[in-house]
Formats: sequence, C-alpha cells, structure tokens
Amino acid sequence: MDITRRDLFTIGGKLLVLASVGATLEQIIGAAAPSDAYKMADHWWGMIIDIDKCIGCGNCVRACSKENGVPKGYFRTWVERYEIEEGKQPRVESPDGAMDGFPPSGRTDVKSFYVPKLCNHCADSPCVQVCPVGATFVSPDGVVLVDESYCLGCRYCVQACPYGCRYLHPDKDTVDKCSLCYHRITQGLTTACCENCPTGARQLVDFKNPQDPVHEFLRKNKVEVLKPYMATGAKVYYKDLDGAVR
Amino acid sequence: MRRLFQDAGHLVRPALVLLAGLGLFILLRGAVIPKDFGKYGHFRPGALDMIRQRPVSYAGQDTCVMCHDDQATVRKAGKHAHVACEACHGPQAKHAEDPAANVPKLPDTADLCRRCHEQDAAKPQWFPQVVTAEHSGGMACNSCHKPHNPHID
Amino acid sequence: MVPGVDGFMYPNEVELQWSLLIVLYPYITGLVAGAFILASLERVFKVEAVRPTYRLALLTALAFLLVAPLPLQLHLGHPERSLEMYLTPHRSSAMAMFGFVYLWYLTVVLLLEIWLEYRADIVRLAQTTRGVTRLIYKALTLGSQNVSPAARIIDDKVGYTVTVIGVPSAFLLHGYVGFIFGSIKANPWWSTPLMPIVFLFSAMTSGIAAVLLLYMASTKVKKMAIDMRCLDTIAKYLFYTFLIDFTLEMLDLIHRTYEADESFRSLDFMVHTRLWFSQVVLQIGLGTLIPLALLAATQLRKFSEAVRRGMYLAACSLTLVGIFAMRWNVVIGGQLFSKSFLGYTTYKVAFVTREGLFSAIGLMLLPFVIFVVLVKLLPPWPENQAVGVSEDHVAAGVGSA
Repeated sequence: MDITRRDLFTIGGKLLVLASVGATLEQIIGAAAPSDAYKMADHWWGMIIDIDKCIGCGNCVRACSKENGVPKGYFRTWVERYEIEEGKQPRVESPDGAMDGFPPSGRTDVKSFYVPKLCNHCADSPCVQVCPVGATFVSPDGVVLVDESYCLGCRYCVQACPYGCRYLHPDKDTVDKCSLCYHRITQGLTTACCENCPTGARQLVDFKNPQDPVHEFLRKNKVEVLKPYMATGAKVYYKDLDGAVR
Repeated sequence: MRRLFQDAGHLVRPALVLLAGLGLFILLRGAVIPKDFGKYGHFRPGALDMIRQRPVSYAGQDTCVMCHDDQATVRKAGKHAHVACEACHGPQAKHAEDPAANVPKLPDTADLCRRCHEQDAAKPQWFPQVVTAEHSGGMACNSCHKPHNPHID
Repeated sequence: MVPGVDGFMYPNEVELQWSLLIVLYPYITGLVAGAFILASLERVFKVEAVRPTYRLALLTALAFLLVAPLPLQLHLGHPERSLEMYLTPHRSSAMAMFGFVYLWYLTVVLLLEIWLEYRADIVRLAQTTRGVTRLIYKALTLGSQNVSPAARIIDDKVGYTVTVIGVPSAFLLHGYVGFIFGSIKANPWWSTPLMPIVFLFSAMTSGIAAVLLLYMASTKVKKMAIDMRCLDTIAKYLFYTFLIDFTLEMLDLIHRTYEADESFRSLDFMVHTRLWFSQVVLQIGLGTLIPLALLAATQLRKFSEAVRRGMYLAACSLTLVGIFAMRWNVVIGGQLFSKSFLGYTTYKVAFVTREGLFSAIGLMLLPFVIFVVLVKLLPPWPENQAVGVSEDHVAAGVGSA
C-alpha cells in the first residue's frame, strides 16, 4: 500500500489547522518587556572587599539571610577564618557560615584573618555556560542571576562553580545564590551585606560609573580575585588577599 | 523508477513519522516559548522583572535618618558613625513603611556587641576589641557604653 | 563541627548534589553504546562470528536506552520543566546538546535499524497473530506490507548505512556524557580531555560484557545450543576493549601522580581513604585486574567449553561491577573533596527517597523487564524467522551497498 495524493492532502490539512492554533496561542502567551527609569546598559556591577577591614562579625551573613530569605544551613554569602602556621596547610573554618560570628580561637601565634565570600558574578561565568536551558544568566548590567521559574534543578551549575557559592533551595527545588541584591541595587540601594558591614570591608561598585571609588581603589591597591587561573572574569576584587586563600 | 518506488516505497513511512514529529516539535516551540526569550541573552527577560520585584527588608540608613535625625546627629560624633542603623536594629523596611504598626525590638547587647568586639587574633589590630569576661565582669555592655556613641568621657 | 566533614569545605559543598542516580545514568547509556558497537561488529566490520547476538544486542541497547532518561527525571528538582531542554537549549551546554544526541540516536539510529531488521518478521506476525498483539504488529508495520526480496535488499542496504552512521553516533552518545564531566574546569577530578574517551571505552566494555551475559542467559532459558565460536569472539573483543580502557585509566592516574599539581595531594588522600574500597578494591582489583586475567587466560590457553563458559560468566559479572564502580568513583568521588582542597565530606545513600537506593535498584531492574518484553515481541532467535538470518545479510551482499 503506497502513499496516495489523498493521504498527502489529509495530512497537510491537519498540519495547517495545528499551525494556526499554535500561532494564536503564541499571541496569547507572549510576555511583556521591562521598561522604567533604571537602565541596565548604564551599569556594570561588582564588589570590592578589603580583607584588612573585615572583623568577622557575620553581620553580612545575617543581613543577607534576612533580606533574601536564605534557608537555614545554606549560604548566599559566608565568612571564612584562616589561621596559617608557617610551613603548614592553612586551617580554615566557617562555623555555620559565620552566621553568629566566630568563637575566639585563642591562637595568637599564627597569621589569621577573615575572608568574606560570595558569588563573584563572573563576566565569563562557567555556571552560565553549562546551564542547559538558560535559567541562569549574566544580566546586561553584569549580575549573574537565576530564573527560579525556569530552573530545572539539574545542579549542573552548582558543579561548575569553582567558588562553591551555589546551592539547591530545599523548598523551591531550584538553584539559588547571591543575586547581588538585584532588587535593591536597581532601586538605588546598596546590597544588604554592604549596608550592614560595620567597617566598610564590603562595598558595592559600579564599573560604568566614572565617579565610583572602585577606579581609584583598583589603581592604588594590590588586588586579586579568587582563583584567577580559572579565568572566570570574576568581578569581586579583594584587597590584601593572602596567597594561601583558596 | 517506478520499480524503485515499489521496492523502497515503505521507507517513506518512517520518514513521514519523523517529519510529523519534527513538525509537532516546531509547533510546540512556537506555542510555549515566551516571545521575548533571547532578547538580552539566552534567558527569559521576564526573570529580570520578577527578581526586581522582590520585597526589600532593609530600608537603608538614609531612610532611617529621615525621621530619626536626632539619633543620626549623636552617632555622627562617635565611632559608630559608619555603622548602619539596621546593622544593630535589624531589618526595618516594614517599620519605615508603617512606623506605628511595626515597632522594632531593642537588640540584646550581650550578643550584639560581642560579635564585633570580642577579642580575636584574626581581627585587625586597630579594631577595638576586648575579652568581654575580663572587661566587664559580666555586666551588660550598655551599662557604661551608649550604643549610638560608645565613647565614655 | 559539621557531621561527616573532615577539614574544611565551603559551606554549600557539604551536601552532595549528584547522587546515586547520576551514577546510574552514565552506566546505562554506556551499556547502550557498548551493546550497539557489538551489533555493528557484525554488520559493518564483517565479524561474522558474532552474528547470533546481532538482534539481541540491538534489543539490549533499546531496553537500556528507554530507561536512560528516568534517573535524570527522578533527579531533577522540576522534572515537569525538562522539556525546556528541547525548547530553549543553551548551545554552550553539553547537557542540552546531549538531549538532541539522545533523540537522534533513539529515532534515526536504533529504532530505524530495529525496524528495518525486523520488518519481515513484523509483517509475518501481523498476519499470523490475533487480538491485541495483532494490532501492535500492524502498527509496527507502519502500514507497509512490502517484504518482497527486492524490498528486503533495499532494507539491508539502508540498514547498513544506518549502522555506519550509528557507530559514530554511539560514540557521540556516550562520549558526550564523558564531556559533561570532563569539561568542568572547577573540578580537577573530572576535568581532563581523557574523560570522554575513558567513558567511551568503559562503556564499550560494559556493553559487550552485558550482551555476552544476556546471550548466555537467553540460551540457557530457551534451552538452545550456545554458539561457542560466537561466545569466544565476543570474549576476545571484550578483552581487547577492556585492555584499552584499563590503559587509558592508568594513563590518567600516572599522569596525575607524576605532575602532582595543586589538587593532587587532596585527591590522593581521598583515594586512600574515602574511595579506597570502591576505587582500589572494587574497580581496579575485582572489577578490572581479575576479569582481565581471566580473559587473558582464555586467549592464551585452550580450556574446555564448560570451563570457558564459567570463566566468561565470572569475568563479565565482575566487569559489570567494576564499570559501575568506575562511574561511582567519578561522580561521587568528584564531590567528596572540597574545591578548597582542605576537606572531605561523606555521601550517605538514602533508601526510600526519590534518589535513594530503592529507586536505583528499580531503575536497574527495569531494562531487563523491558528486554524480556522486547524479546517476546521481536524474537531474536534464528528459528523464528521467516527468512533465514544469515541468508538476509548475505543475499543483500553485505558491504556491497
């Protein structure tokens, strides 16, 4: 039994009906584009962290947690304490991410300091590269964000992040991470962590703003990003970061 | 030619099944993918809006000062000038919106002051830090230090 | 102190993200690729001795391929959104592109090849059976009753072409899975250009071992005489494939140990502690060296038929365990150490959760259930064919397409 012309017409007709239904649905479901005073093209966000100013109080961790509804046991930002004895591997700890600061270690014979960590909002982000559906992305103003209504929860991005800043939200079953308080910075506020840092160790910066202190900061100080050999284009710059920091 | 079609004609069938599947897939794409997907990059632009609309919990020091400028004046003179109000008082955006309905609780100085000022070798040398047990002998920090301006004359 | 953690881990690293089910997934796709390569040995590479397992290998590949997406679906936080991978695939993501490789392989390679191979039987069965079964066979004919010798010759030529395309497709199917791990620069246990090749050869090893076992089991169940020449040939190919696989894995190990870069000390410690049993005892010892020794012995000395069968049984069973251990060591091992190289966590397998042990066991049994159904539906045995098996391919002039 071979295909007749009649068969072709029937099949073609059905496809045509389906096509028109599809086109109508498309009109209905199309989303509206965002438009208001904040212009993404005018900004390129990052952060500068001064290690010598961090006192390990954990204010940033608590503030972030409250501002962003971070689930207990997971961290959008955290602080690490390094204790380095000469000739040995560094001893690092981060009790509950420094949510309640640090208990005094009592050790005075070693080099020790605090390192706040967060998503580095990489310009050449490896996590964005591996997302299979486009649920995580770099926004036009340089913030790496997660679309929680689109994320599958495959956790490929969690594996790809060299800095360990991502986690799976236990209630939403989507990936979550620091959003650089995007909902705040697009309204002229600073991030929750920077707002609540008592010593100004953490500061939000906008590379596209010619008046931003970051330009002088980068020019005058020795700065480093975490894991520079990964070439991720990290935009969180640390001043006075010790070479032992992982 | 006709012979070939007779012998190989059955191959058209799986080809048609495949094409039908492809057609269905294309229709599905057109129907389900948001129209502006890909406008700024490989993502849904609607996500940017969604994220921007999240509620703010910390009002920011500038907002607090609008009503509490007397406290602001006191703080400006002291060492806590650069510490944000909400760093100690917690998130107060709700209070800023409706001050009467959301009255902030006074923070407990025992935990609060210790977190910053408890002595630790990792803290920078220039930062004021004490071993609280020895320093105050169990007394509350605000028995002697006023938090807004902690200097004791 | 965080329970289960030694040393320091970034706070979000303590919990493993990719579980036992993600160990299962490359294992299953590996069996698919391996079984298909065995089938292509006869069709494309003219190894006539393995002909008795040709159809069996195709059905094995299909049974496992159908189950392959299931561990992924169970793992996803939102499986209902998984269609997004086909609707808005991110072209830079190996995972997204793999979805299309899978679909290509399932439809254009495997299903098409099986349809072309079985068409004569399907048409015959559509005429001779009754009831629901008849409807199934009628649907499978896709409406064509044309099984003239000329049509069958064309089927064979097209089938040959499909298999030729299928070989690199099978390489792509499992090579891609290796690339999904191998391209992650953040993880030094995974990041190596060798990863896709190691995965591919271990896949071929496991697939060939699986078909060999299924052949032995099927002939026993059906009380048929086993073709020893076929069995010996399969075992020979298994031996050589395994040898290459072992060489590649040892190359990776030696290279790492020699270069001893920043990650080495941490990884070395992990292998000596957390991964000792699964890597050294199971994968290398029981799962590679012993099967290789058994297979080498059969190549070097002529044992009796019964003894050879026993040795193949032992070697293949251990091989399958060893290759599973290899997947475990890659996936789980890659998440046991901290990216700060300062600590380790532990993986506790859950039992009854979505990604737990019971799900894993169920998913491993399912392909065999499907396999039994497929064998009943599309019998791979020579006696059941309308046209003789070897006649089919010889009459068509295999290779002269």
